Amino acid sequence: MSKLYHSSQSDVDSVRPGEAIKTDKLVVNMGPQHPSTHGVLRVILTVDGEWVVAAEPEVGYLHRGFEKLAEMRAYEQTIFLSDRWDYLSSMSNNLAMSLAIETLLEIQAPEKAQWIRMLVAELQRIASHLVFIAAYGLDMGAMTPFFYCFREREKIVWLFEMLCGARLTYHYVRIGGVAADLPEGFIEALEATIPQLKRGFDEIDELLLYNPIFIERTRGIGIIDPQLAVNYGLSGPMIRASGIPYDVRRCHPYLFYDAVEWDVVVHDACDCWARVWVRSQEMRQSLRIVEQVVERLKGMPSGNVSAKVPKPIRPKKGDCYVAIESPRGELGIYIVSDGSQKPYRVKIRGPSFVNLSIAQRVLPGAKIADLVAILGSFDLVMGEVDR
Amino acid sequence: MPLSADQLEERIRGVAKGLPLSFGFGKSGLEVRVDKDYVVELCKLLRDDTELQFDYLRCLSAIDWFEEGQMEVVYHLYSMKHGHSLVVKVRVKRDDPRLPSVSSIWAAANWHEREAYDLLGIIFEGHPDLRRILLPQDWTGHPLRKDYSYNPVEFDEEYAGKVRRGEIT
Repeated sequence: MSKLYHSSQSDVDSVRPGEAIKTDKLVVNMGPQHPSTHGVLRVILTVDGEWVVAAEPEVGYLHRGFEKLAEMRAYEQTIFLSDRWDYLSSMSNNLAMSLAIETLLEIQAPEKAQWIRMLVAELQRIASHLVFIAAYGLDMGAMTPFFYCFREREKIVWLFEMLCGARLTYHYVRIGGVAADLPEGFIEALEATIPQLKRGFDEIDELLLYNPIFIERTRGIGIIDPQLAVNYGLSGPMIRASGIPYDVRRCHPYLFYDAVEWDVVVHDACDCWARVWVRSQEMRQSLRIVEQVVERLKGMPSGNVSAKVPKPIRPKKGDCYVAIESPRGELGIYIVSDGSQKPYRVKIRGPSFVNLSIAQRVLPGAKIADLVAILGSFDLVMGEVDR
Repeated sequence: MPLSADQLEERIRGVAKGLPLSFGFGKSGLEVRVDKDYVVELCKLLRDDTELQFDYLRCLSAIDWFEEGQMEVVYHLYSMKHGHSLVVKVRVKRDDPRLPSVSSIWAAANWHEREAYDLLGIIFEGHPDLRRILLPQDWTGHPLRKDYSYNPVEFDEEYAGKVRRGEIT
C-alpha cells in the first residue's frame, strides 16, 4: 500500500521564491500597435520574471503639430483644429479654445450661449466617461458592459448630431458663442434621454463597477499617493481618485458652474478602482448639472447665441492662460497674441500628456498582468498626448 | 484663504529677499519676472514657503521672441492648499537658450521641459532626461522656432508624368 503524503507548513516555507527559478531582466516593447493601449502608445518595459522593473512611455506617434498649425492660421480657423486634439471630447476642446480667444479679445458670450456651452460640455463628459468605462471593461476582459456603455453614449451622440450634424468632430462651440441655437425639439429629446441615461448608469454599475471579479482585478493596484499626484501635476479623475479635490470648475470657475449645484467627486483609495468609481459618479453629477441647465434654458427666448465678434479677429498684444475641466482633466490653453490675425504662440496643456508622465513612476513594481489595468485607468487619448 | 495679488507680491518680496524680481499684472493674474540664474532659487521658495505653497505646476510654456532675440519660459503655478495662482516668466538669449530645470521641484515639469526642448530647442540644465519627446530622435531643427524652415518634398512633375504614362511602374 502506498503511503499518503500530507503537506505541511514547513514544506511551503522550504520553497523560497526567487531562488528555484532564476530570472533575467528582459526588455519588451508594448505597442505602438497593441490592442489595449488605446492608440499608438509605446511603452518600453524592462521586466524581471513577472515583475515590471522599469517602464518608459514613448509618445509622439500621432504628433500632428497642432501648435505649429495654429500659428499659421487665423484665429477662427484654430477652432476646428481643436476638434482633433482629444477626439472623444471635441466639445470641450472647442470650448477651451474659444474661451482662450475670447479672453484675449475681452469679449463674453451671451448668457444663453454660456448655458448651452455648459450643457454640451457636461453631455460630452458623460459620453467620454462612458467610452472610458466601456474600453476599460474590455481591457479587463468584460465584453458585455461595452455594449451597454455604447448604447448610452449613442443617445448623446444623437443629441449632438441634432445640434450640429456631426457625430465626432463637432465645431459647435465657436468664438463669441455657439454655432446655432438649439433646434426645435432638442430640449424634449434631451429630457426624454435623461431618465434613460440614469437607468443606464445603474446598469453599468451593477454589471461592471460592483462586480466582484472587477473589484478584485482593480483594487489596490496602480496606487498614486496624493503628494505624488500633485507633484506630477495630475488633474481630472486621476487626481480626484487620489483624494485631492482639484476640479477646474471649482478652483478656477468659468461659465456658470458657480450658479448650479453639484459636488466634486473625490475618492481616497488612490487605486485603479477608485479612478473608475470617480468617473462613474461624475457622470451622475454631470447629469445633475444638465438637469439644472435645462430648467434655465426652457425660460429663455430663442436666438442671441453669439456675441459681436470683430472681423477680422485681431486681439491686442498680450497673453493669457485659460483652462477648463475636460473629461480627462485640466485642458489649458496658453495663447500669445502679437496683434496680428494669427496667434503668435499656442501651447496646449493636454491633461492626458501630463497624466501619462506619471507612468514612469507608477508602473515599476507592478506585475505584467496589472500593467494594462493600470495604464487603462489613466484614460489616455493619444490624440491629445501627441497633439 | 487665497492671498490677493498685492498680498502675494508683498509676501514674495519678503521671502525672496535680494533676488532681482519685477512684478506685473496680466490677464492670468500676478506675474513675476526673474533672471534665469535665480529661477530654481525662487521656485523653491515659492513651493516651500508656508503661506505661498505653490505645489502645483499647471503649465510650462515656451515662446520664441524672434525679433527681440529672446526666448521666454512661462510657468503657471497654483497652490492646492491656499488656492492662489502665480505666473513666473523667465527670458533667455535666443542664441544661447539655457536655463536651469525645475523638474526637481515639480515632477510635472519633466515632460513639459522635454517638449520645450523638442519644439523650441531650449536647453534645461540639470534635467534628468532631456531628449526629444514628440518628434523622432533623429529630427533636425526645432519646429516652433520662428526661423524654422521646413523643406516640403517638392512635387516632381517629370517623375509623375513618367508614372502616368506607364514608363515607371
